[in-house]
Amino acid sequence: MGINGSGFISSRRRFMQGLAGIAACGTVSASGTGAAAPPRPYTPVFFNAAEWNFLIAACDRLIPADANGPGALALNVPRFIDQQMTTPYAQGAQWYMTGPFVQGPDHLGYQLPYPPRDLYRHGIAGMNAHATTRHAKPFAALAPGVQDDLLRAAEGGKLVFGDVPSAAFFDQLLANVMEGAFSDPIHGGNTGLGGWAMLGFPGARADFMDWVDRYGAHYPLGSVSITGETA
Amino acid sequence: MSDEARRLKPVDVVVVGGGWAGSIMAKEMTEAGRTVVMLERGPDRSTAGEGAYPASIDELEGNFRYRLFQDLSKSTVTIRNNANQTALPYRRMAAFLPGEGVGGAGLHWSGVHFRMPPDDLRLRSRVIEKYGAKFIPEGMNLQDYGVTYEELEPFFDKAEKVFGTSGEAYKVNGQVVGQGNVFAPSRSDHFPLPPLKDVYTAHLFRKAATEVGFHPYSLPAANASQQYTNPYGAQMGPCNFCGYCSGYACYMYSKASPNVNILPVLRRHPLFELRANCHVLKVERDSTGTRATGVTYTDAEGKVVTQPAEMVILTAFQFHNVRLMLLSGIGKPYDPVRNEGVVGRNFVYQNVTTSVVWLDPKVETNQYIGAGGGGVAFDDFNSENFDHGPLGFVGGSPVWVNQAGVKAIAGAHAGGPPGTPRWGSAWKAGMIDTYRHSLRIDAHGANMAYRDVYLDLDPTWKDAYGQPLLRMTFDWKDNDIRMNRYVVDKIGDVAKAMGARNVHLTKREFGQPFDTRQYQTTHLGGGAVMGTDPQTSALNRYMQSWDVHNVFVIGANAFPQGTGYNPTGMVAALAYWAAHHIRTTYLASPGPLAG
Repeated sequence: MGINGSGFISSRRRFMQGLAGIAACGTVSASGTGAAAPPRPYTPVFFNAAEWNFLIAACDRLIPADANGPGALALNVPRFIDQQMTTPYAQGAQWYMTGPFVQGPDHLGYQLPYPPRDLYRHGIAGMNAHATTRHAKPFAALAPGVQDDLLRAAEGGKLVFGDVPSAAFFDQLLANVMEGAFSDPIHGGNTGLGGWAMLGFPGARADFMDWVDRYGAHYPLGSVSITGETA
Repeated sequence: MSDEARRLKPVDVVVVGGGWAGSIMAKEMTEAGRTVVMLERGPDRSTAGEGAYPASIDELEGNFRYRLFQDLSKSTVTIRNNANQTALPYRRMAAFLPGEGVGGAGLHWSGVHFRMPPDDLRLRSRVIEKYGAKFIPEGMNLQDYGVTYEELEPFFDKAEKVFGTSGEAYKVNGQVVGQGNVFAPSRSDHFPLPPLKDVYTAHLFRKAATEVGFHPYSLPAANASQQYTNPYGAQMGPCNFCGYCSGYACYMYSKASPNVNILPVLRRHPLFELRANCHVLKVERDSTGTRATGVTYTDAEGKVVTQPAEMVILTAFQFHNVRLMLLSGIGKPYDPVRNEGVVGRNFVYQNVTTSVVWLDPKVETNQYIGAGGGGVAFDDFNSENFDHGPLGFVGGSPVWVNQAGVKAIAGAHAGGPPGTPRWGSAWKAGMIDTYRHSLRIDAHGANMAYRDVYLDLDPTWKDAYGQPLLRMTFDWKDNDIRMNRYVVDKIGDVAKAMGARNVHLTKREFGQPFDTRQYQTTHLGGGAVMGTDPQTSALNRYMQSWDVHNVFVIGANAFPQGTGYNPTGMVAALAYWAAHHIRTTYLASPGPLAG
């Protein structure tokens, strides 16, 4: 996807469409601290109800709200991920997806025939199936400590979801969670610039000509987004 | 395929690839009065488009969706560590990030702009002089470039003036003139612009390195420290340290790129034509095989066409140049078993590790401020600047703080000190601490060429045009691991002088194979190297194919072994060097320039 005029507009359009949705199968709740505005109801366009519930629960564990700043839910990370699923990225448009698909040692890289959308479909189904087999409940209904254990098992590659190693799914999820919390709000996450404020990242301010040699001084201006939103 | 291909009107020169090397060669050839067609397989791009603020200042699109980089769905490489493995496709961007589109990697590079150290240009000779031939490890294909620093100096100078490079000289015409790199050779002129200001972390590094007894200097940066107009009349604005060089088009027109420094002038030249979205399939040759007749490519509409030309100049990214030679049968393919043949030989990478230093929590390091080429380095352990005799390895590393601007997603991924989880509250606390109070120091090292590290065509996987992918056989060798570990220890000394609260020295580990999943560097080299012996080089010292004299191949593919420095300055100088000899000798009397 380009960053020329048309790419920018289409991102904006997706964003606005996202805001216009009405909750149908679950919403992101504000459990984090430091959110500038209460999150609005959002209807996922890619994830089904069970997947969405998983995503909300997992995001809340990966970036919990705490004294250091807002969590993934207040930052609307699930919304970000859902919106990303409608982009060419989620289809693996720029990945080499030509077969044969041969598995090799981990350090020779990703070799599955699945783009991000498919990784989510397989991975969430696998996590929920595993949770149900072990604990008689889907992931989202489990206690936070149990959820953490499951996420750690997935991260360590200890679970297998068909031919999807759990670590591949976990890495995909974690990468997108970080993107959703810390990318420009134009993509649907980082609501209220809460991720950037937590880090002390000024965002798209992008001019430090008069600050580059102010050694040790605290930069006084808050974060700003591509659309001019400030925090 | 060429039998069916539509034949276009002949031109004098076809240039394959629209990056730095292609833009320089096209400019030089049009100056020489030749008609030039530049074929670029990616889209047309300009700083006014892709670089427009604020849309361009988008880390997700820039560094995580790779908007300016190669479309791997169309073409990629396969990679393995050794010849006993099955090479597997590089399916997603990770270890290296080749470019695509007009400007090539020159649009999204950082801007570190070096001259090759004189000793690196004749490394084999130098090592033998100093330590004897037995010092060279078994299997290491150490070679000289066949061109000296003195010969290249005018072309380094020319490139710096075109790029608007900022820096501080040490010696000009043999006289010490400034606080530059004491290990750097004499220059014929100063840098066109004064050095960039030090960001805070570079300032701290300079001070600490000096205290330890090293010799820090300002990195030569193709990020303009002041307003500048280059010899072509192209204008640059002063860098404002926005932190969006690497991976981005510079909205300030401060970072040198073909799109800012050459193409605005070239595009207006009546002898020049740019064709974007044109993927070259093959260099065509006549019935003798010793003369190129043009190239066959797939155009923007997907039609296969042939462009006849008197001269073909390959200026694609390093490994694309090698692949095009292999696909076209230009030069003898390398055979690692017999150690014979030249195309694919001496594939090299760069040996980069990044260590992290945490300062007092009251110190804010403001890592989001940065310029891609800015920073402070010391060369005390680079090239032949130190005695390798007792150490028993070849090569070295510059060490530097090159704060190019750490943005938020990258900061989140960096996380806390080793041992911290990658998520949850502990990650959050560690990540915030790292982002606000740490700095990063690189050992940016050389990688030597080996007999069993090479490029060839993959037997299994093909690109979107039905042609075999290039196969990389690469792994780290004992020599390079020991070099890295030795130099990284010196970073520990500097961190101590900084009063570090915590240090994580990242060293290459023995037995740990090349990992394609971690970003390391896009500085790939070799594979079609230059030299004076056709048995060990694909190109002569003028970058001309030994076998097909009207084919010139410009890029880091020409480096016979890796170097600690970033390659772009050397690639640009080699382009001007080759162009000079084409203009002064070859055009009047086409034929081999060396023999």
